[in-house]
Amino acid sequence: MSKQAIDLTPQPNFRQVLQPTPFHQRMVEHCPIQNWMSWNGYQTPRVCDQLASEYFAIRSTCSVMDLTPMEKYRIIGPDAVKFLNRLVTRDISGLKPGRVTYVIWCNDEGKVLDDGTLFHLEQGDYRLCAQHHQLDWLLLSSLGMDVSIEEETHNIAALSVQGPTSFSVLSAAGLQGLDTLKPFGICQSVLHGFDVTISRTGFTGDLGYELWVDPSNGLALWDAIFMLKDNGLFDIRTIGLSALEMVRIEAGFIMPGDDFNTAESTIRADHDRSPYELGLGWLVDFDKPYFTGKRALIHEYSQPIARRLVKLQVEGNKPPADSFLYDGKGGRRIGTIKSHSWSPILKTNVCMADIEYRNGLPPGEIWAEIYYQKELEWRATWAKCSVSEKPFWVHPRRLATPPQAF
Amino acid sequence: MRVNLPQYDNIIIGAGHNGLVCAAYLAKKGQSVLVLEASDTLGGLAATREFYPGYKIAVAHSLSHFSPQIVSDLNLTDHGFKSGAPMPTIGLDLQGKHVVVTRDTVRGVTDKDASSYTDYLQLLERFANMLSPFWLKTMPRIGSKKLKDLTTFAQLGLKLRLLGKEDMGEFMRVATLPARDLMDENFDNDLLKAVLSWDGLIGSKMAPRSPNATVLAMLYRMSGEHNGASSIPQGGIESLINALHQVIATAGGQVQRHSPVAKINVQGDSNGLQATGVELADGTVLTAGRVISSADPKRTFLQLVGVENLEIEFSNRINRLRSDGYVAKLHLALDGLPHFNGIDIPDGRMIIAPKMDSIEFAFDNAKYGESPEQPVMEMMLPSLRDASLAPEGKHLLSAHIMYVPHSLKGGWTAQAKASLQELVIDTIAQYAPELRQQIIHAELLTPEDIERSHHVTGGHWHHTELSMDQMLMMRPTYEAAQYSTPIPGLFLCGAGSHPGGGLMGGPGHNAARHILGAK
Repeated sequence: MSKQAIDLTPQPNFRQVLQPTPFHQRMVEHCPIQNWMSWNGYQTPRVCDQLASEYFAIRSTCSVMDLTPMEKYRIIGPDAVKFLNRLVTRDISGLKPGRVTYVIWCNDEGKVLDDGTLFHLEQGDYRLCAQHHQLDWLLLSSLGMDVSIEEETHNIAALSVQGPTSFSVLSAAGLQGLDTLKPFGICQSVLHGFDVTISRTGFTGDLGYELWVDPSNGLALWDAIFMLKDNGLFDIRTIGLSALEMVRIEAGFIMPGDDFNTAESTIRADHDRSPYELGLGWLVDFDKPYFTGKRALIHEYSQPIARRLVKLQVEGNKPPADSFLYDGKGGRRIGTIKSHSWSPILKTNVCMADIEYRNGLPPGEIWAEIYYQKELEWRATWAKCSVSEKPFWVHPRRLATPPQAF
Repeated sequence: MRVNLPQYDNIIIGAGHNGLVCAAYLAKKGQSVLVLEASDTLGGLAATREFYPGYKIAVAHSLSHFSPQIVSDLNLTDHGFKSGAPMPTIGLDLQGKHVVVTRDTVRGVTDKDASSYTDYLQLLERFANMLSPFWLKTMPRIGSKKLKDLTTFAQLGLKLRLLGKEDMGEFMRVATLPARDLMDENFDNDLLKAVLSWDGLIGSKMAPRSPNATVLAMLYRMSGEHNGASSIPQGGIESLINALHQVIATAGGQVQRHSPVAKINVQGDSNGLQATGVELADGTVLTAGRVISSADPKRTFLQLVGVENLEIEFSNRINRLRSDGYVAKLHLALDGLPHFNGIDIPDGRMIIAPKMDSIEFAFDNAKYGESPEQPVMEMMLPSLRDASLAPEGKHLLSAHIMYVPHSLKGGWTAQAKASLQELVIDTIAQYAPELRQQIIHAELLTPEDIERSHHVTGGHWHHTELSMDQMLMMRPTYEAAQYSTPIPGLFLCGAGSHPGGGLMGGPGHNAARHILGAK
């Protein structure tokens, strides 16, 4: 069993319910409306200033988000590959050092517990980033394995720098190696004498990077980036979680806990979801000898699929928040919208929706019944929906190496 | 993709009595069977071994509930097994006021207690009869809607209902009652209470005040030929093991000694996992259509299969099984027949536990990792029943000592063992004053020793605690409670499966039936 040091020292100020991140001192300067929320107990902006400008910073210029609160786990040891291959549904034995991959993991019944990105930092040294707290599950998974699991959420400061000009911004800030860094690659750079780990990863479906530093160097990293804005070279904006929500739906990324109930938090039968039901069957590798949930998933794969989380485009401009979905106007109810956003760049409603399949097939047509207000008066309307198998938003610059300079 | 046909239909890991019973049933049905035994002797905890020149004994020194049905199914009597006469149980008293319990009567107590005993016994017998068909049945799978499983559930309900309203209520009330309450309700004599509660406790990590499955354990034991009384077959326990071996050999099965299994080979492909055979410690690979393990569940899954072939939640359920043994074994090679105060011929099963508190206090020591200050025990002189166990005119004493922790605080050093051994001998000598002078050789086996010599996790008699959470359709844990396991081709047939441990044969029998039915 791996060792886990638990820090029981009292927090310096118990009245401070939300903890500041290493970037907080600077972040507050960008957050005049003080619209904070909790992300894993950290004080995180929902919106910094203007949602629209934050959104367009991601899609048109350069955005900076404080990624520190994301759950991070370090997995090291002789059995690290064995451990990870039993944990996640993908075969990660081919993941080379310096590469990142997207993974999901399931319980024994093949229901998804969470998703995240797996970083192969150095030979046998991995970092798993997860949406929700996973330490207990990782420790349970380490039974009988020669592997150490350590939570490092609080030991690493991270910034997500995303947008078309992010490559130019970070290069201008002094980071090296970006021109050869491919999507899902990791490289090391030195900035003003401290180490920065750079990964070409993100949650926006666009060109972007995530920067990982020791918390003591957080402010120096921040300043190196925002200095360029102060110099008037680039427009760089901090963003909150609301803008991220818009772009992640556009990019077709699912959010465990919002788009589906994670297996660990599910009490009612059939309220949890398998990879197939989430449209993530491509992450399931039956060719590797074993992983947790494989037995259940082999069985499920042999049956017609009963429901799926789909990317749904909804016609019109009425927000389809929490809408029920029907197999025709006034037809049979077949599902609900799980999350939605107006896409300013695509000029349409984009959604994640959970819908029932019949005999393994999607409904012939899907209609949303939308309730909306006009000057405090409720109205209802029907909107036609269409399933999109591809992400709503794809741009070639996401994959271009080197990315276009600005 | 398997290219070659497997060498055997079945490989059975471990030649304990359950492994042998399972092998015998399968071999008789024409299946090819190979039983692999790590040691040089067959029988597992019932393997008879010479512990001093001329003196032989098994860890399990008597039978109490070996299934008469298995004896008849396998014609064991034709192969040299002859059951022995039931032994009285004698509760030893320092003043010689011993309490003697035989099948129907109890002596040495007041008329009131003697008459209560009759009522008590009748009630327990009705319960035991109700449960008896279920020990040799596969328990239904939780959530299963299969007719066979639903039928078993219905039978259990019907049997319970047929007890009548009063008995059914009483059964529901006492099934998980602490032994202490049951005894206090029925009897006055402290020694009698201790003696009667003993059979519900021995082998477990439970004492008279523990609520759990002590009453069920008594009823389980009562499924035996003599209502649960101990007996030694003619020719010793060895004759049972030899008879089982003969049945297997006659039916064409093989039993191979000195063949410790290092690994259960599991192959994984896009169809899932499949157990394909075993690898021996010397590197030999043997293939089989089925691998059937009579080893304990922890050893089977966590060591032989390996966690990389198991689901995360399942492997943790196996890891959480409570498997620490609390029974030590004392063997004394004696120069002659010891004299116990107030007993003419000590040919019964003698219990040293003056009252229930003595048992409880010994347990209190053990549960905090200490050796008991005043050990409680059952002992017998098996050489009185089977002369072949000791040289002519000599005798041996065999004792089960409770509660001796598997994991002693500070570890089982030579000194810790020696001082416990002396304490136990002194305790016995209080009842048999000449004992010390008669001892030629003494041997104490702690649960740790038993774990090492018999390859059984924790040295636990039942492989894993026989308690409510690990019984019936939960034994050893769900998804492995019907002899099949999450890995196709891998089955369990040991004491860690329903109905449990003790020399009973139920798990071996049930596993074979399940396997043959599943074919």
